[in-house]
Amino acid sequence: MLGSRAQSGLEPLPPRYARPKALEDALALRESGAQIIAGGTDFFPARVGKPLYDRDVACVLDLTALPELRGIREEVESYRIGALTRWTEIVEAPLPAQFRCLQAAAREVGGRQIQNRGTIGGNLCNASPAADGVPALLALGAEIELLSRGGTRRLPLSDFILGARRIALRPDEIASAILIPKPNGAAHSGFVKLGARRYLVISIVMAAGCLDVVDGRIAGARVAVGACSPVALRLPALESALQGATTSDLGRLAKAEHLAPLTPIDDVRATATYRTEAALIVVRRLLQELSA
Amino acid sequence: MNKLSAAPLSHDAVALTVNGASRVYRGDGLRRLADVLRDEFDLKGTKIGCNAGDCGACTVLMDGAQVCACLVPIGQCEGSAVTTVEGLAGGSRLSDLQRSFLAHGAAQCGICTPGMLVAASDLLARLPKPSRLQVEDALGGVLCRCTGYQKIVEAVLDVAQPAEIVQAGHVGASTAKVDGPAKLTGAERYGADGTPADALYVRAIRSPHAHARFTLGDLDAFVTSRPGLVRALTARDVPFNAYGIYPNIKDQPVLADGMARYRGDPVAAFVGSREAIEAIRDEDVPVTYETLPAIIGIDAAKAALPIHAGKNGNILADGGVTCGDVESAFGSASHVAEVEYETSFVEHAYIEPEAGWAERKGDTLEVHVSTQNPFQHRDDLAQILNLPKEAVRLIASAVGGGFGGKLDLNVHPLAALAAWLCDRPVAYVYTRPESMAASTKRHPAHVKAKAACDGAGRLTAFWSHADLDTGAYASWGPTVANRVPVHAPGPYVVPHARTRGTAYFTNCPPSGAFRGFGVPQSAIASEAAMDALADALGMDWLEFRRLNALRAGDRTVTGQVLEDSVGIVETIDAVESHWRDWNNAATDFNTSSPRVKRGVGIACSWYGIGNTSLSNPSEMKIGVAPDGRITLYCGAVDIGQGSNTILTQIAADALGLAASEIRLVMGDTARTLDAGKTSASRQTFVTGKACELAALDLKAKLAKLTDRSALRNLPVDNHGDVLTGYGRFDPPTTPLDENGQGVPYACYGFATQVALVEVDLDLGTTKVLKIAAAHDVGKAVNPQQVEGQIHGGTAQGIGLALMEEYIPGRTENLHDYLIPTFGDMPEMICRIVEAPTKHGPHGAKGVGEPALISTAPAIFGGIYRAAGVRVTKIPVLPHRLRAAIRAREAKR
Repeated sequence: MLGSRAQSGLEPLPPRYARPKALEDALALRESGAQIIAGGTDFFPARVGKPLYDRDVACVLDLTALPELRGIREEVESYRIGALTRWTEIVEAPLPAQFRCLQAAAREVGGRQIQNRGTIGGNLCNASPAADGVPALLALGAEIELLSRGGTRRLPLSDFILGARRIALRPDEIASAILIPKPNGAAHSGFVKLGARRYLVISIVMAAGCLDVVDGRIAGARVAVGACSPVALRLPALESALQGATTSDLGRLAKAEHLAPLTPIDDVRATATYRTEAALIVVRRLLQELSA
Repeated sequence: MNKLSAAPLSHDAVALTVNGASRVYRGDGLRRLADVLRDEFDLKGTKIGCNAGDCGACTVLMDGAQVCACLVPIGQCEGSAVTTVEGLAGGSRLSDLQRSFLAHGAAQCGICTPGMLVAASDLLARLPKPSRLQVEDALGGVLCRCTGYQKIVEAVLDVAQPAEIVQAGHVGASTAKVDGPAKLTGAERYGADGTPADALYVRAIRSPHAHARFTLGDLDAFVTSRPGLVRALTARDVPFNAYGIYPNIKDQPVLADGMARYRGDPVAAFVGSREAIEAIRDEDVPVTYETLPAIIGIDAAKAALPIHAGKNGNILADGGVTCGDVESAFGSASHVAEVEYETSFVEHAYIEPEAGWAERKGDTLEVHVSTQNPFQHRDDLAQILNLPKEAVRLIASAVGGGFGGKLDLNVHPLAALAAWLCDRPVAYVYTRPESMAASTKRHPAHVKAKAACDGAGRLTAFWSHADLDTGAYASWGPTVANRVPVHAPGPYVVPHARTRGTAYFTNCPPSGAFRGFGVPQSAIASEAAMDALADALGMDWLEFRRLNALRAGDRTVTGQVLEDSVGIVETIDAVESHWRDWNNAATDFNTSSPRVKRGVGIACSWYGIGNTSLSNPSEMKIGVAPDGRITLYCGAVDIGQGSNTILTQIAADALGLAASEIRLVMGDTARTLDAGKTSASRQTFVTGKACELAALDLKAKLAKLTDRSALRNLPVDNHGDVLTGYGRFDPPTTPLDENGQGVPYACYGFATQVALVEVDLDLGTTKVLKIAAAHDVGKAVNPQQVEGQIHGGTAQGIGLALMEEYIPGRTENLHDYLIPTFGDMPEMICRIVEAPTKHGPHGAKGVGEPALISTAPAIFGGIYRAAGVRVTKIPVLPHRLRAAIRAREAKR
């Protein structure tokens, strides 16, 4: 758009900021190539000492005046968390035990200032390998709902986050909600984060797990590990090992081979070797926490 | 799209409420709320520390909830109520919370204080009687680099029953900070807060390569193509393009001339409107780099061609101390311990990035800047601009933390040059990444040490060698290389010693001054050697140290006989009960805890107050106006450590006044005398003495008057005063000879710290549970501030020990570079020991740097006792500790 004006000899239009109050206006802007901002907690840190408008961005679309994208609602088969729901709202919502992993993760997203602004949808769309929300949402079997003028589609989270900073959001789409299925029977969940300091810390390793329990036995288990691969991953072999187990002393069921899908790297926070070893400890502690 | 064009999508006007008043903002809705508050609404109390949500300094309330104003686009504030620090109380009145902060000494430099106050207000509105943990959780998103958080937590917990705000000004009183109210209301003006509205801005373009030849393209064309840019600056525009701390080593260019020697070296700069400057993308600037092999690390430096011509082996400086016959002493020793440690670059991480502005006034230049070093910076700027010293006036702003990092020139040369050439006020405010890339660091040190004792446990010999990575330019490298060998053995009697420190140039950020000047690094090694000797003897670690500790009358390794003021034994005594109790408790704990272990470490330290064997005088003057008003003309800059209050107390005590009766002018080269640098823990000791002498001089002059009304009849000087007291003090030292023998310092601060730590053997994580810190300060002029220094120094020691590692290009922000948060501090017990020096005011010495030195070695001792391992690469990150534990467990 800028290019064509420049080629035609016209001064390029300055980029603009838009905060529409109607969803259809937002979708139209998005279709015309607008870049999205919501909570701002990833947008601004990526632009310290740099222009706020990226090169070739004609419009930054602020979604925060769209109340229909915010809030938590119980539906027939699932819970619906609006993509613009802030972490503090998730912490404070009266949610069933299934959601403890997400609520615990929400308390670890930055400081309280970040939790007061950052949104769950933004955390997914930013697609950091160390995103605090992703392991918990994987453990909850979450799907993401994407809207465009052309319609609505739903993707399992693992099909949405494709890699570090890579997502399956089309240029005409916005993320509108996270959908979390209700469990079979009683479900409870937990989250464990390991970092090098207490507050405001990017995880070295984190793990979230959710267990569906029927008659004292695990009827379904979902365990995910973050910061040990480009995208947080579920551990199917471990989940199989948990299937059918009684809920006492679960930590012992986690084995090193269950972590085979992880591909940790060396970075400033830790070595890959350490992450591999620590992930097993963290997963064991998580399962111990989830034991009866 | 037709429908869209009809919809009012662009938010040119945002209506909001700020501190209860309706405001309308017109402009780009994407602008950060923090910028709008500061620049459009002139609410400078909201501080910008990182613009990334990492530090919380800009915390404001938005509809009652704390948010980082740097992360909120102003467009989202439509219809919102925003409260800043200025809105917490009315006018200059203080709220209960602010009063509690003042009473507790919860603000030091004050740059994080607005964020802390706002975050606490959010909490107290939700939970009027919070627990300690709730306070930490609520304030955990705000970083403080000065206080160690203890007094902030206490101030919030005590808000319902506020402690007394001490107004008494005598020496020994915990007088409330004289600049406290300004820091608590947001009125204080830091480096970025006083910029004139019509100022231009300047910004450097910095090399992204550690070592590169570069060629500048057509920068003038670049300027012309961008509306709002005024001009480019290159090395050719700098009249004298070199500066440095040492008069004979001016090796750092204001703008590099064709060769970038570290990642962050400035290669060119642009002057223009703020918008135009901020719109520059580095990659658009026509600079061509030809990268060269980068010399990273000391081993590489030793082998490489010189980074600076003539500096063979890349050696900047080395220093050493030799006494006695070391070889024989080691040969006849009963026990010998050898250790080796490597430390990392450490970033000062003051929450206020470097900032200032300059204005040309005819043939003179006025520079307002956040600095620890106003007089030297004036002299350096005069030299750079080829102006007489008298033509440059430097006025220090309030300083939002320094710790040694603001002793070097930073924003000032380019702001000054631009203002001079453009004849417009020009400001320069570093972003956080720029601050971290450009500023000096703590020297990484590779320390080898060997200590020996006899069968009774008496130290007989000590040998050490510290190789120091001094980075691309000299900065304070020689100071560090000289301080390390003098202090290397620690505060013990050592009859035979040979110690050495060598600083090497590398293509890394210049290593400079950082709280302790290399002594913290070297103490890690020497204290580990003491632990090992005690273990070899089967002796208690504390007893071993007490046996060997210096006492009055003893001789140091430089041959100095310490006549008085040697409080090391008293500091050991002061923590002894904690040492014993915590060891017993840790042993009990460990019997029932197989994989989480506790251990207790102890470390002693000493630190020479003032410059090493160099004259470092302070001059002070105190004036009295015809109406009797007293003004302290104080060239010493308060960087948060509290010299404004300490010096006011010393003057008030001598003159028999209350602190509030003394007006203060700080760090203005045109109005104050040179009180030297705020470094080397020297302001209380050196400037304090000069201040006492000035006050006594004035008192004597006043005593000659028949009565105060006689003041009105005296001639008025250009400061508006009729009488002036003058004082000067230069601590008595002697040069060190070729064996490092002499009197490097007039007195020393001493300390002992005990740390109780808990190690998770499976994860390699360490939590510091308790620290008992006993410090000999000679005389605590203000005990509350002494405690504040100990808390803050200890916090930095914890960071050095467990998390801080600066890696150029990788950790240039405050989320990859970690400093301790509220939740990383232990329970702290402070014990103040007063072994007075005859030289200092009321016997006072210094505490700023001593506060930090013992912490890391005490923690490492604790880790050793808990986990049975010593990690030799510092910081002890979880993966390093876990690797050491794994290696030990594999051997079993």
